[in-house]
Amino acid sequence: MNKLMSSRDAVAQIESGMTVGIGGWGPRRKPMALVRELLRSDVSDLTVVAYGGADVGMLCAAGKIKKLIFAFVSLDFIPLEPYFRQARQNASIDVMEIDEGLMLLGLKAAAMGAPYIPTAVGLGTDVVTTNPDLQVIESPYGGDKQWLAMPALNLDVALLHVDRADQRGVCQITGPDHYMDDLFARAANNTIVSCDELVETDYFHSDPQQARSVFWERSCTNAVVHIPCGAHPSSCTPLYGLDASHFKAYAASAKEEGGWQQYFDDYIAVGEEQYLTKVGGVEAVKALPLPIY
Amino acid sequence: MTDETNPLADLLICACSKVWQGDGEVLASGMGLIQRIAASMAMVKNPDLMMTDSEAWIVSEPVPVGKRNGYQPQRETWMGFSRIFENLWSGARHALVGPTQIDRFGQANISAIGEYAKPKIQMLGMRGFPGNSMSHANSFFVPAHSKRVFVAGEVDTVCSIGYNPDRLPKGYSFADIDIRYIVTNLCVLSFADDSKRIQLDSLHPGVELQEVVDNTGFELLIPDNVSTTPQPDADDLVILQRVDPNNLRLKAI
Repeated sequence: MNKLMSSRDAVAQIESGMTVGIGGWGPRRKPMALVRELLRSDVSDLTVVAYGGADVGMLCAAGKIKKLIFAFVSLDFIPLEPYFRQARQNASIDVMEIDEGLMLLGLKAAAMGAPYIPTAVGLGTDVVTTNPDLQVIESPYGGDKQWLAMPALNLDVALLHVDRADQRGVCQITGPDHYMDDLFARAANNTIVSCDELVETDYFHSDPQQARSVFWERSCTNAVVHIPCGAHPSSCTPLYGLDASHFKAYAASAKEEGGWQQYFDDYIAVGEEQYLTKVGGVEAVKALPLPIY
Repeated sequence: MTDETNPLADLLICACSKVWQGDGEVLASGMGLIQRIAASMAMVKNPDLMMTDSEAWIVSEPVPVGKRNGYQPQRETWMGFSRIFENLWSGARHALVGPTQIDRFGQANISAIGEYAKPKIQMLGMRGFPGNSMSHANSFFVPAHSKRVFVAGEVDTVCSIGYNPDRLPKGYSFADIDIRYIVTNLCVLSFADDSKRIQLDSLHPGVELQEVVDNTGFELLIPDNVSTTPQPDADDLVILQRVDPNNLRLKAI
């Protein structure tokens, strides 16, 4: 089965009002080229589920988000994501703020086809008071303790970025952490994966470690989009680090009147080919130093 | 080496490192530079502790902070974020974190200041605070002790559960919550065994009791005899240089 698609055709499957999960973590291995494609579309009223970074910030800035399901939004070395912050302080988005681990459980429940997973996490905090829809339950097996029933976070679409993939949807992540990308892939009806490198299937046969770095089976991948440097300006360890100067300029744009429109015109409206040229080309991106934490 | 020193940073790191004293095989997580150097120091003294490289691996010895200068982390197992949650839900972790607000119950906030629906200041979000506080031991580090941090009422957004009877979920007791110490730039605080009220453990050298009282938005339990936070000894200074060879702590406070 050949799942190769253009970025435009893949993202055209996303409709207004859908729930979209975005893989990666903060400024790490985010499917930014797919997010830029989404920003160029006329889709709106999205519910977004993410361990958020500039993906969430940009979607906030562009007014694409109706509701954000999050535990944090941060660029790590720039702790506060400027456009997410504006959106919250202007009360322009609805939110479901939960714990990082609760998000994992919600994705896991969706992946299992279960309605919820019981946990003590979130009890006694504003997770329960700010999300009145969250149900607190008794255990059917007895005991005095209440449990929070973390509901399944069922996704219409997941957007992910990986190091390499074949056209059948075998996706490889060789960086040290695949984050919750496997759960996003399983929680979604339609998983769209961008890859830095498109490879033949026999690439994965050369040594068992190649196949060990594949974290979900190809039946979980619906579309493969080949976009070199598709995670930029986030990192895609070990292929390239995050682009600190690009993130700084992006964050600074939020302080300017019309700053988002300027950023959009400069880097998003121009399309992916010009984007890559403007940020220095493949060579410059591949030369970005890997982060040391 | 440098002739510059930052005695306050050294003192605070040593005080912070003691939060893990007596812990067994638990993951020592220090969120932030001072906290991480402190966790590293604790693990040098107590090798039963576990640490990560702050990215995705458990290491057998603390990774020096900052530039590696050829140092290779001594990895012993993978510890990506999904496994961190498996670990923390088991309780085998003690985190030292830096909240923006703390109240008299030990409830902490890193999410939002002001009205939740339209915050005056939106910060990071709750991150892992709800799960951490329900699952394992936690301590706090406060680099600037003030009434803005130690608030008079409840914190604006309750990210981590504390010893607040009004918020305790059904079937749970204070014994399910484990907040250990609060190390600030002025003093060390802890929670009284019986009442779980916040009490003064020690004042840092040169700090007057009144300064702590004036900068705390709620009443502290003050024992009759308040001790002085110990200064780092010669061994401590050697360990500090080993875990922070680039002297990042000089500019940390």
